[in-house]
Amino acid sequence: MSRIIKAIGIPRLIITALFIAVLLTGFGLGMPMNMFASDVVKRVGMYGLLTLAMVPSIQSGTGPNFALPIGIMAGLLGMVISLEIFYFLDLNGIYTVATVESQPWWYTSDGNIQFGYSMAIFATAILIAIPIAVLAGFGYGKLLNLIKGSEMSIAPYMGFSAVQFMCIVWIVAPFKNTGIKWPLGPGLRNTFILDQTFGKSLNGFLMFNIKVGPHKFIEIPTGLLLFFFLSCYLVYLFTKSKRGTEILAGGMNPKFAQASGVNIDSGRVVANILSTVLGAVGIIVYSQSFGFAQLYGGPLMMAFPAVAAVLIGGATAKRAQVSHVIIGTLLFQGLLTVALPVANELLPGSNLSEILRMIVQNGIILYALTKVNREGQ
Amino acid sequence: MNNKFSLKGMLKQNVVVLLFLTLTVGGIMVSELSFPHIMTELVTRIGRNTFLVLSLIIPIIAGVGLNFGIVVGAMAGQIGLIFITYYGIDGIGGLFVAALVSTPLALFFGYLTAKLYNNTKGQEMIAGLIVGFFANGIYQFFFLFIIGAVIPVSHAMVKPDGVGLRNTIAMGSKYGEGIKYAIDNIIKMNLWQFIILLGMFLILHTIIMQYYIKKRAEQSIEKKTIIFRLILGVLVIITPIMVLSFGNYQLATIKVPLVSLALIAVLCLFNVLIMKTKLGQNFRAIGRSQHIASVAGINVDKTRMIAIILSTVFAAWGQIIFLQNIGTMNTYGSHMQVGMFAIASILIGGATVSNANIWHAIIGVILFQSVFIVSPTAGKALFGDPQIGEFFRAFVVYGVIGVALCLHAWKKVKKTISKNEGEQEEIE
Repeated sequence: MSRIIKAIGIPRLIITALFIAVLLTGFGLGMPMNMFASDVVKRVGMYGLLTLAMVPSIQSGTGPNFALPIGIMAGLLGMVISLEIFYFLDLNGIYTVATVESQPWWYTSDGNIQFGYSMAIFATAILIAIPIAVLAGFGYGKLLNLIKGSEMSIAPYMGFSAVQFMCIVWIVAPFKNTGIKWPLGPGLRNTFILDQTFGKSLNGFLMFNIKVGPHKFIEIPTGLLLFFFLSCYLVYLFTKSKRGTEILAGGMNPKFAQASGVNIDSGRVVANILSTVLGAVGIIVYSQSFGFAQLYGGPLMMAFPAVAAVLIGGATAKRAQVSHVIIGTLLFQGLLTVALPVANELLPGSNLSEILRMIVQNGIILYALTKVNREGQ
Repeated sequence: MNNKFSLKGMLKQNVVVLLFLTLTVGGIMVSELSFPHIMTELVTRIGRNTFLVLSLIIPIIAGVGLNFGIVVGAMAGQIGLIFITYYGIDGIGGLFVAALVSTPLALFFGYLTAKLYNNTKGQEMIAGLIVGFFANGIYQFFFLFIIGAVIPVSHAMVKPDGVGLRNTIAMGSKYGEGIKYAIDNIIKMNLWQFIILLGMFLILHTIIMQYYIKKRAEQSIEKKTIIFRLILGVLVIITPIMVLSFGNYQLATIKVPLVSLALIAVLCLFNVLIMKTKLGQNFRAIGRSQHIASVAGINVDKTRMIAIILSTVFAAWGQIIFLQNIGTMNTYGSHMQVGMFAIASILIGGATVSNANIWHAIIGVILFQSVFIVSPTAGKALFGDPQIGEFFRAFVVYGVIGVALCLHAWKKVKKTISKNEGEQEEIE
């Protein structure tokens, strides 16, 4: 029995127990379980890529990527540039907004924008974001090589500074798109709605409902899940490639890897580029699923839930696999998704689920930090 | 004190301070805020923030680094303030009770934080950041949920539905004078008088020290330094008289909260004096090298623990001083930025992750708060938007911390590399 507990890990057991307890409470209160299931599935896809970004950086030995906001900023930049481009294309009649009365059966969307159009914006956003993320990740990786041993302490501040720097950019950047900038005064909006552009473009693709009872459905956002699992698979393939194994070796035992002729420093840079790119793509996927884009201070703390999720999934600050991402996101985001309505039902306006998030998220990070010095030395 | 006076060395050592001095002066020039206004604000902010910043010094010397965990201490201070609000104790007596209540809490919180730091050696600074977030979760759980839902409390500061405390609390009793300015208003003195006193103190101190040191005949301060200090003292005395004689009456009315400054001075003195004790020497020893210190028979973990506990208790008191000046408490927000702002301040003052003294704290508070005061108006004057100044300010906070941590880590890496190379040479 104790072997099984050890294999699963105490924190994961606690969180699983908590998740089940919250689910049972919700069930006991007669809350719509099918809605919970739909929301959990959606949230897993939404946060999945951001959590996946932790895998390469942990494997390379730089610890969980607390500087994820750097990638997120690249993603948001790609997103607003893409929206600006399509605004101008539309304005000049080159590629006009294609609205349709009814969508084809395989596409569900909040707005009335044609799938191809919203997909084009989505893809352009990613295509613009990736080179920016590669550049930023390269610089960040180079920096990490100068400060070996303190990566985790420095990373959050790199992320925070990136967010604050971009706050200035959001204000001064000369964007013209009326959908994303303030109607009066300079600068982009705090949040803007995406239903007339690329909101739900992935979620809606091949979305279907599983009937679980009379008038009860579980919504499956196929496109979102496909994208998430495909990304997971690609990262998995990368970790199994020659380069990936070298990075893993460098992260686990730098001295040994160095002795066997592995270039650890370049491996760390590559891993952090990958992590930053995943963060960039992750925020675009997140935003399209959320239906809104959040600029300014919105992404300031986004790294922490992602770090917590991968740790809950079974990763440590030095070891992580793709499977940890899937398990961890399901458990952590599942718990938070269900806890919100259940807590509100029990104690309206109590903010209890937010408190739960704070305690679970930061508790698991602290737990992992106390283990850093004990493992793999 | 560095006896050799070299301009280049001094510039190099104080590059951060000079950078922010330039930024501040530039900001003041473009912001078009009136000088008396800036001075009034600055005096208030120095009075309320310096204590908190000073609480960071001991852990830095003890090699724990920047103690982001002072957020936990600030929470203890706020719990003390909530306590006196519940019992309706006003004025300076109320603050005393608040400090009394918060001290055992801060000792306990500090003990837990220190335990955590000892378990996360080398990662204290990220652990400190996260422990602040974590403790905030527990704090909110207690004051938003337990109060009311588990422990029934009826008081004006509880939300209308009876569960949890309100977002803002007017501290002290509801009908009395509250605790706003309870410390600040005990004795107030005109700024210009205060500055003249300061100058006189500087001159007296120099003369006495010179006399004292001569008597002990250990080492004498160079003549140049003495003359420099005396001239500085005279300048400090003359400046306010000059400024006032130009007829700027607004400046003449600025008041200084003498007791708050006295408390700050006491903590400064404590920080200086503790370094002369056995404990202080232990702090310094483990700060230099934990390994050598433990070989020399110092209990490293225990000494680190004392450093963190002291820091946490000072932070609790510092938060009480801070909030008596603000007057109302943002129950769930007042403590959150404490760590970042205090740490950014001391770094701007010239401290590093491994070296800090009271002057770093004092200069840092002056520069950081000046940037704070002028940045919105400077942002508006330069870019037509006050928000830019505010974002810039936040960027400075995070950027300064990030750069300081990077420089520290970089030095550490260079040290180990040169050490390894040295070892290799020995082998060869």
